[in-house]
Amino acid sequence: MPFIMLIYYIITAYILAMLIWNFIKEKKSVNDMLLYLLVMIPLILRLLRVK
Amino acid sequence: MPKQWKIKVILILIVAAAVITAGIQLYNHRHYRMLLTAGPGVTKVHMLSDYCSGLKGTMADTHVFFLKGKEPGGKMLILANTHSNEPASLLAALIFLENAVVEKGTLIIIPQFNNSGGRNTRPGDGYPLYFEIQTSWGTKKFRMGNRDASPLDQWPDPDVYVHYPDKQLLSFLDIRNTNRTWPGRPNGALMEKVTYAAMELMRTEKVDMTVDIHGAETMFPVTNCIVAPEKAIRIATMTSLTLKAREGFDNHVEPSPSGFRGLSHREIGDFSDTLPFLLEAPLPFLDQPTGPKTVKLLLDGKDPFLLSLAKKNKLFVPYDESGWPMENRVGQHCSAVLELLRQFSRKSPDRSIQVKNVPRYAGIVKNGVGYYYHNPATINKKDLYFN
Repeated sequence: MPFIMLIYYIITAYILAMLIWNFIKEKKSVNDMLLYLLVMIPLILRLLRVK
Repeated sequence: MPKQWKIKVILILIVAAAVITAGIQLYNHRHYRMLLTAGPGVTKVHMLSDYCSGLKGTMADTHVFFLKGKEPGGKMLILANTHSNEPASLLAALIFLENAVVEKGTLIIIPQFNNSGGRNTRPGDGYPLYFEIQTSWGTKKFRMGNRDASPLDQWPDPDVYVHYPDKQLLSFLDIRNTNRTWPGRPNGALMEKVTYAAMELMRTEKVDMTVDIHGAETMFPVTNCIVAPEKAIRIATMTSLTLKAREGFDNHVEPSPSGFRGLSHREIGDFSDTLPFLLEAPLPFLDQPTGPKTVKLLLDGKDPFLLSLAKKNKLFVPYDESGWPMENRVGQHCSAVLELLRQFSRKSPDRSIQVKNVPRYAGIVKNGVGYYYHNPATINKKDLYFN
């Protein structure tokens, strides 16, 4: 795996971890919960390399 | 379980259901095996990876069909689906593939040049995943692709695409656009390998002329035209004038700009002895101010918003209630390719290329595109290729 791609995977994992953390911490806003889930989709697919 | 977690679980299930439902459709589209029927003129079939080993085993690898005549002569390469959301190019190439018989010289056809792009879509624009062409024996189904290669095959995109070898700065997205990655390189990004393989094909096979077939918006000035660099402009001009005089449709000539890099009509000529031409036919489906991007709009090119704009002289092509049907676009491409062949053969008789059994504009407009596709049930299985 090229170095640049490795960095991109690390960035993807970091942003995904932040989104999961925010999703867990969110207590009231259903809109925000849904928003976190939707933004997570491409990041999860990329990280798991689901084509 | 606390109430907030009940809500979260329900949301996760809803999102997962939506992802799985859409994912299955997109997976099936990406892996749909489209039928390519080799006609009586096909003499051998290669893969593009034969010219650049880096493509082997990737979704970017694609079929290369050779139609060699009995008499030696020149060679022409036809590239279709460089942009897979401009399908008149594919349909025209398949008419050549299924019907052309070469008497002199060689025709080389790559019907799905950006094969990865053909397995991509543009969900944000609501692109249809497939379209069908009516024939006398039923319908022929095609995958509708996208302009750029799939990010599943080439990722990540750079912040800025630095073109090789000119170092011109281009949009990040164009690194997945096979009409910005010419002349390519064997160790570059996947799409650079695709264009490098095509350059190697042209150089090793000593191809005389290459035609890259496209479609363009009616609101874009470079539409309904033949784009050619300095060394090919005379043949392009003669072709344009002859098409207008004999077949009655406009196809003006646009000079290939020398300062805009990565395009087929520029780099092929600069990095090989081949004469490049790029054909554009109007494609209302690509215009932004249209109604929904439906299969109907793709096939008949009729749109009320474009009609309104045409009345305000905002389009670069004539446009009325009849739209821009697929038959007209495919017919224009077939006639333009045949006329380019004729003009080249007149100019270089020792390298002439003679092709028969390919219909021209009037025939395709009259009979429809599907008329020229053969029933696969009646074709020898060895002549059927799935991609």
